[in-house]
Amino acid sequence: MSSSTDWPLWEVFVRSRRGLSHTHAGSLHAPDAAMALRNARDLYTRRSEGVSIWVVPSTVITASSPDEKDPFFEPAADKPYRHPTFYEIPEGVKHL
Amino acid sequence: MTAVTSTVTTDAYEGASPEAAFEAAVAADERIEPRDWMPDAYRTTLIRQMAQHAHSEIIGMQPEANWITRAPSLRRKAILMAKVQDEAGHGLYLYSAAETLGTGRDELLDKLHAGRQRYSSIFNYPTLTWADVGAIGWLVDGAAITNQVPLCRCSYGPYARAMVRICKEESFHQRQGYELLLTLSRGTAAQREMAQDAVNRWWWPSLMMFGPPDDASAHSAQSMAWKIKRHSNDELRQRFVDICVPQAETLGLTLPDPDLTWNEERGHYDFGAIDWTEFQEVLKGNGPCNEQRITQRRRAHEEGAWVREAAAAYAAKHSAQHTQHAQTDGKATA
Amino acid sequence: MTGPSAATGAAHAAALALGDDALVLSHRLGEWAGHAPVLEEEVALANIALDLLGQARVLLGLAGDEDELAYLREERDFRNLQLVEQPNGDFAHTIARQLYFSVYQRLLYERLAAGDGELAALAAKAVKEVAYHQDHAEHWTLRLGDGTPESHERMQRACQTLWRYTGEMFQPVEGLDVDWQALRDTWLSATADVLGRATLTMPTGPQSGAWSAGAGRQGLHTEPFGRMLAEMQHLHRSHPGASW
Repeated sequence: MSSSTDWPLWEVFVRSRRGLSHTHAGSLHAPDAAMALRNARDLYTRRSEGVSIWVVPSTVITASSPDEKDPFFEPAADKPYRHPTFYEIPEGVKHL
Repeated sequence: MTAVTSTVTTDAYEGASPEAAFEAAVAADERIEPRDWMPDAYRTTLIRQMAQHAHSEIIGMQPEANWITRAPSLRRKAILMAKVQDEAGHGLYLYSAAETLGTGRDELLDKLHAGRQRYSSIFNYPTLTWADVGAIGWLVDGAAITNQVPLCRCSYGPYARAMVRICKEESFHQRQGYELLLTLSRGTAAQREMAQDAVNRWWWPSLMMFGPPDDASAHSAQSMAWKIKRHSNDELRQRFVDICVPQAETLGLTLPDPDLTWNEERGHYDFGAIDWTEFQEVLKGNGPCNEQRITQRRRAHEEGAWVREAAAAYAAKHSAQHTQHAQTDGKATA
Repeated sequence: MTGPSAATGAAHAAALALGDDALVLSHRLGEWAGHAPVLEEEVALANIALDLLGQARVLLGLAGDEDELAYLREERDFRNLQLVEQPNGDFAHTIARQLYFSVYQRLLYERLAAGDGELAALAAKAVKEVAYHQDHAEHWTLRLGDGTPESHERMQRACQTLWRYTGEMFQPVEGLDVDWQALRDTWLSATADVLGRATLTMPTGPQSGAWSAGAGRQGLHTEPFGRMLAEMQHLHRSHPGASW
């Protein structure tokens, strides 16, 4: 019923304190961006959980598909030389 | 360094069918995420359970909101308002989790309003005195928390995450109820009587919140296998009883069950038989408040329709204006 | 109840007037619980109600014992504006009441925050909360006024109905050193601005109703208020001396 009254869904991202990035907190419904921001403030930061909020219409998010998981993420798994633990350094060498 | 050592996930799933990948992920205690393949029945079960849980939060506002305007001190009034507000918030978290499976909140609310989806039967009991607010906090929220804590490890990611948030926030709900009852129990004779009466009325319905006994529970076995559910109804019920008995002693209140005794051998409290006929009747819609609760919910929704329409209309008008402005600006610079 | 921090005379009167405004409006907003037009608004209205209740508790605490003042006074002893005691009505009435009061409260608290003493400290904290209440009321006024024909009509009617209770806001309050005429002028232009943007007509007619002989600040209230107090005070009064 009533598709004209169904408010769109928004994804909410909250920065919990300065110095940290925004993290996905959940979603909510709102008629527009201004109200989405306010609803997000009331819903997701009522225990002082945030210092900054982003709201994004859920429909504009493009997500990678689980079907593409292997081509997307597996090639990164066999490149251990990108990680510092790959390299052997004699004991006692400092600041490295 | 998860990227270096290959994870369970990639090992177990390599070349596997989606079914096998799903089973392997559940077996490995990994989370299933919204866009992963999942069996239809898993999806249906989850939507039903999350919806029912969300509806319970929303309907559950009513019995307590019944006392906001009569709260006997300003401190209690603030606590109660914050608690009822949390319930609205928890409903929103759960609807939001359910929406990750593609079912809109409006659709779920329509089903609730049409009586096609349930909410927890406990909210079909009335709050007759102020002490009921305390009994709900201590017993009903206590039972809910016993049920919910294991859900924080539920196999479906968005549900588990919503539950982590809810459990964290709910820790004050139970404590405020207990404190409220303790104050009454240590108060005047009339207050004490009020507290005992509330516990008498809420004890058995709280035990019913864990659902039918294991041998009669329709969905339990499959939900346990999928790790949507982590413990059986009877197991959680027993855990709750064991927790409550000493808490009641501290309160100085009696639990209304003459058969309640410590069983040394089992290491648990034995308790009397639950009246499952009452449970079934309330479930069928014959509880004291079924009609009242759903009518109020429906009315709030219907009476709010013009408000939701107004905001949608305003948004449509103004986004159209924005687009026009943007187009005009675009032409101007072109 | 007079404690060491309890104010006397004029400061007492001021704390009582402002405290009663916050207490009564908070109570009215609390009546929305479980009835709001959309779930997000349940959370929003409760937030505002909790802010106001917090303010009320501090203010009544300055005047005496918060619970004695809230629960044991008779209707004629309450000093709140008639505006805040008006029943919720439909959502448009609640928003119109919020708009009128939050604009007033913000302007007043900004002025009080610039002063000194206990009231200034409270006002400095509360003014941030009230700024949000005003923002909430404005956003909804815009959406209801400029939404659908039905919402426009409802909002216009609400603004008109409550208009008669707005004049009282600018009667001097004992203990508050404020230029009330300037406050009124600013309030009028701020309100006219919001209503204009919401395509609503600024109400006409007197800002004070027929029952305005001193009105709320002097303890003269409207009929719905007695019922509100009866409900609010009943349990507390039924158990004299009990702790909760």
